[in-house]
Amino acid sequence: MSEQEKRVGVYVCHCGHNIAGTVDVEHVAEWSQHLPNVVISRDNKFMCASTGQEQIEEDIKEFGLTHVVVASCSPHMHEKTFRNACARAGMNPYLFEMANIREHASWVHPNDRDGATNKAKALVSAAVHRVIHHEPLEPMQVKIRPETLVVGGGIAGIQAALEIADAGYHVYLVEREPSIGGHMAMFDKTFPTLDCSACILTPKMFDAGAHPNITLLTYSEVEKVDGYVGNFTVRVRKRARMVDEDLCTGCGSCWDKCPIKVVDDVFEAGMGYRKAIYRPFPQAVPKYPVIDVENCTYFKTGKCRMCEKVCPTEAIRFDMEDQYVDLEVGNVILATGYKLFDCRRIPNYGYGRLENVFSSLEFERLTNAAGPTEGKVVLRDGETVPESVAIIHCVGSRDKNYNEHCSAICCMSSLKFAHLVMEKTGAQVYNFYIDMRPISKGYEEFYHRILSEGTTFIRGKVSEITDAAHAPDEEGKLIVVAEDTLIGKQRRVPVDMVILAAGLEPRADSQAVGYMFGVGCGDTGFFTERHPKLDPVATATEGVFIAGACQGAKDIPDSVAQGAAAAARVLGTISRREVALEPVRASIDESRCSGCRICNNMCPYNAIDFIEAEGVSRVNPALCKGCGTCVAACPSQVITGAHFTFDQLMAEIDGILVDVTGEMPLVTEVI
Amino acid sequence: MSEKPKLALYWASSCGGCEIAVLGLHEKILNVAEAFDIVFWPCVMDFKYADVEAMDDDSIDVCLFNGAIRNDENARLAHLLRRKSKVMVAFGSCASGGSMPGLANFTDRDAMFDWIYHKSPTTDNPDGIVPMKHTDVPEGDLELPGFWHTVKTLAQVVPVDYFLPGCPPEASSIEMAVNAILTGQLPPPGSVIGPDVTVCDECPREKHEKKIKRFYRPYEIIPDPDTCLLEQGLFCAGIATRSGCGARCPQVGMGCRGCYGPNEGVVDHGAKILTGIASVLDAQTPEEVDAILDTLPDPAGYFYRFHLPDSLLRRRARANGEKIVAPASEAAGEPA
Ligand SMILES: Cc1cc2nc3c(=O)[nH]c(=O)nc-3n(C[C@H](O)[C@H](O)[C@H](O)COP(=O)(O)OP(=O)(O)OC[C@H]3O[C@@H](n4cnc5c(N)ncnc54)[C@H](O)[C@@H]3O)c2cc1C
Ligand code: SF4
Ligand code: SF4
Ligand code: SF4
Ligand code: SF4
Ligand code: SF4
Repeated sequence: MSEQEKRVGVYVCHCGHNIAGTVDVEHVAEWSQHLPNVVISRDNKFMCASTGQEQIEEDIKEFGLTHVVVASCSPHMHEKTFRNACARAGMNPYLFEMANIREHASWVHPNDRDGATNKAKALVSAAVHRVIHHEPLEPMQVKIRPETLVVGGGIAGIQAALEIADAGYHVYLVEREPSIGGHMAMFDKTFPTLDCSACILTPKMFDAGAHPNITLLTYSEVEKVDGYVGNFTVRVRKRARMVDEDLCTGCGSCWDKCPIKVVDDVFEAGMGYRKAIYRPFPQAVPKYPVIDVENCTYFKTGKCRMCEKVCPTEAIRFDMEDQYVDLEVGNVILATGYKLFDCRRIPNYGYGRLENVFSSLEFERLTNAAGPTEGKVVLRDGETVPESVAIIHCVGSRDKNYNEHCSAICCMSSLKFAHLVMEKTGAQVYNFYIDMRPISKGYEEFYHRILSEGTTFIRGKVSEITDAAHAPDEEGKLIVVAEDTLIGKQRRVPVDMVILAAGLEPRADSQAVGYMFGVGCGDTGFFTERHPKLDPVATATEGVFIAGACQGAKDIPDSVAQGAAAAARVLGTISRREVALEPVRASIDESRCSGCRICNNMCPYNAIDFIEAEGVSRVNPALCKGCGTCVAACPSQVITGAHFTFDQLMAEIDGILVDVTGEMPLVTEVI
Repeated sequence: MSEKPKLALYWASSCGGCEIAVLGLHEKILNVAEAFDIVFWPCVMDFKYADVEAMDDDSIDVCLFNGAIRNDENARLAHLLRRKSKVMVAFGSCASGGSMPGLANFTDRDAMFDWIYHKSPTTDNPDGIVPMKHTDVPEGDLELPGFWHTVKTLAQVVPVDYFLPGCPPEASSIEMAVNAILTGQLPPPGSVIGPDVTVCDECPREKHEKKIKRFYRPYEIIPDPDTCLLEQGLFCAGIATRSGCGARCPQVGMGCRGCYGPNEGVVDHGAKILTGIASVLDAQTPEEVDAILDTLPDPAGYFYRFHLPDSLLRRRARANGEKIVAPASEAAGEPA
């Protein structure tokens, strides 16, 4: 089709008052009539309404439009809507272009009608200039394997795995620790109902362990991911347990007799010990122990083998080696959870220095009936019952020095702690908070319950926790120094015990894990969802979903909901059997590629391979997301981004530089 | 009257290397002399501008024009030769992209004169004399060609049919162009005569994925003879530069300077070198990026060495934001 034969239709949307309240929409539509190749230009109250869409369809037929421009909201909102309208009228949907005159014009210049109108004209002009360079594109269809990989066996991952397995499809559940369960397995009671964590979690863990459609890969990690939606190949490293799972009955003789005691930093949060051969907790799934080779005497000195001697089924295997398992899956759900903020980073709170300052997870273990004190709330000495306890909210959260975000759960866990401390010790409890944020169902009621139980709430950020007494009643105590903002006074509250409600942070390796799966991490380091409101469990990589606290700080109900939501998304793609991939992607003109390999490590999705034999680089179209990084990087300019070609971008720039006031093209004469 | 096609060669703002390159054809220069009737070549033979003015329009078959346009005289000859020639070839990097003279666009005429005629440590100019277009002497008015604020490429001043890049063009490139002209097997007008791949394509060095922690000046390291220089931290513009030279520089351990200009279809040579270089920095933070770039002296000079005037930047604005006001003739690319 020659340039002159191209026939463009332009539709300028009022969006009610959203656009028309600021932009002179009728004028923009009228002005656009004179842009090159435009045969019809209209304004419309709501383009996305069925009448607006039908108008496009009718015009395509009546005026023989070859290209369409809609000037309205963000393409994130309605690009699909209008592409579909074009497709219904028989036009290739990629011959459509959208100009965003709402977010980019009316909303950002609410008090400048002329300016916003001119900007809208420039944006329409850019779209019209660009669209005539658009080429028809066809999506690529790929088959979906029905197997799913779930990474992380916390409550979110378990929920997701069970949903998919119950629907009849196979799941590989990969967990780094010797047992699934995640953080929830560490708790005694859960807010706001105070029901026993183990009682509600262990049945699910057991189901996941026994489900015919779930293959558990614990003590394992994903090493490598290749492929694309529907067809991922994943390499999992199963660390050697040194215990033969086929023989071990989980009787516990080995860890009973093992002479080596190790501080358990993971499950016991450093509060208790485990053996060198251990199972993190009695309800662990699977029930088999692992040998911690770094601490085992045999691995260190070649002597001991006590566990081997006592094991009735001869299950100990000192020569076991790591195994690699290659999996083929269609979809992936990341549910890797969070890590607790390290309270040592706030030195003036004394954690690690003042012995009776506890982190929240430490307290969870302290209060847990299966924990190191069998649930007795006592000081570090293991016996003294505190008479007064301070609970500090927002530790490492809502603070520009550490994490700007609110960790969402710590107000509630702090209230839970207040209740548990009072219940178990009768101590006087002080909760130091900045704002109280018990926002979910039943949470405000829980707050009122704790208020009525007699906890003292002090509104103010704690500046310091110290053991330097200023008065006789502070002697031998921890003094919590804070400004009470409700009475406008500095306060010093002497207590026996302090609990720091530490915030939730992304896993230390979240960047690396995200990179491996093609998932970005936002400013906070939590995995980035495709859309924060409308697509919270999908990611920028097709076929990779996120659930639970790895996506952002959240409580158990929300983690479970996301686990189930991610499972539903996966089941959706499985039942479609194939997915259509966006055709917006890069391709390399291999006849002109110099093989310089600049692009090779640029692709965030590992979509570029170097073909050694031919000395050229090649894009795997199923992996490419069309991000454009390589297109910009290629110094030979032989990579083209479909739908973002050089011609299209240059035309768009030409279009935006049109003089919107005098209808004369801008002269950019240089001396 | 000879039946041979008529050839003109001219030298505008350039170093003279292009002229030497033509002579550098060695015995093949005789073929040129045999094939063409050389009607104008002031560097080698005595011609006067008036001789050219006297010729009929379009009477010269091919004009090989080297050098950038930086003063009224350059522009006058560009217009004159364009009028008289059927085919105008921008010969060499200065005519094609502005090249070394074009780096003057990083400054302006006043600043340059100030340095050259007043401030430079080697200047001895007690009377503060500065070249001027007109000087009154007892014998009358002496005129010098007006010196422009901005260096331009030949194509920014007159329409150009073909471009032959190189600083100077290699003998093989010249031969290719001359043969194409003689046999009439020419690409569409406006084309660059040369391959459409980059120097890396011709460079025999082994290429790997590149990540560098710093740049080295050539004297600082002895590079591995078989591995890509850029990977070893030596600046090499071969990634973004049109091939045709046979990768002569990288083959002897000297990074490509970029003289054959941007690859086919590229608008801004410097920007492409920049994106290529930026892609190999092994840095996670802006500070690390800065630290690596600190080891690359004069990046703008490196990136835009051969194509500043025809880049998207074209020239630097005055530091104080003041507009550079050039005479209308200069703005229009014409002699005053
Ligand atoms: C002190 C405290 C008290 C709390 N109390 C409550 C409460 O009472 N009620 C409530 O609703 N919420 C509570 N929460 C919040 C609750 O812990 C979380 O909402 C929940 O644990 C999130 O579940 P998850 O599955 O997303 O993450 P996690 O529980 O963190 O599980 C993630 C799992 O993934 C594994 N993993 C991580 N990385 C990898 C990898 N690369 N490969 C393989 N496996 C990996 C981990 O080992 C872990 O098993 C509390 C939190 C804290 C800190
Ligand atoms: S061999 Fe290692 S794991 Fe077994 S009992 Fe001895 S120290 Fe414990
Ligand atoms: S949930 Fe409460 S304690 Fe936790 S960061 Fe948010 S406001 Fe602070
Ligand atoms: S456009 Fe290039 S860098 Fe981006 S995903 Fe595709 S191949 Fe990778
Ligand atoms: S950057 Fe361009 S020229 Fe270099 S290997 Fe990649 S595609 Fe080829
Ligand atoms: S040395 Fe230069 S020309 Fe040769 S491969 Fe490396 S970057 Fe390319």
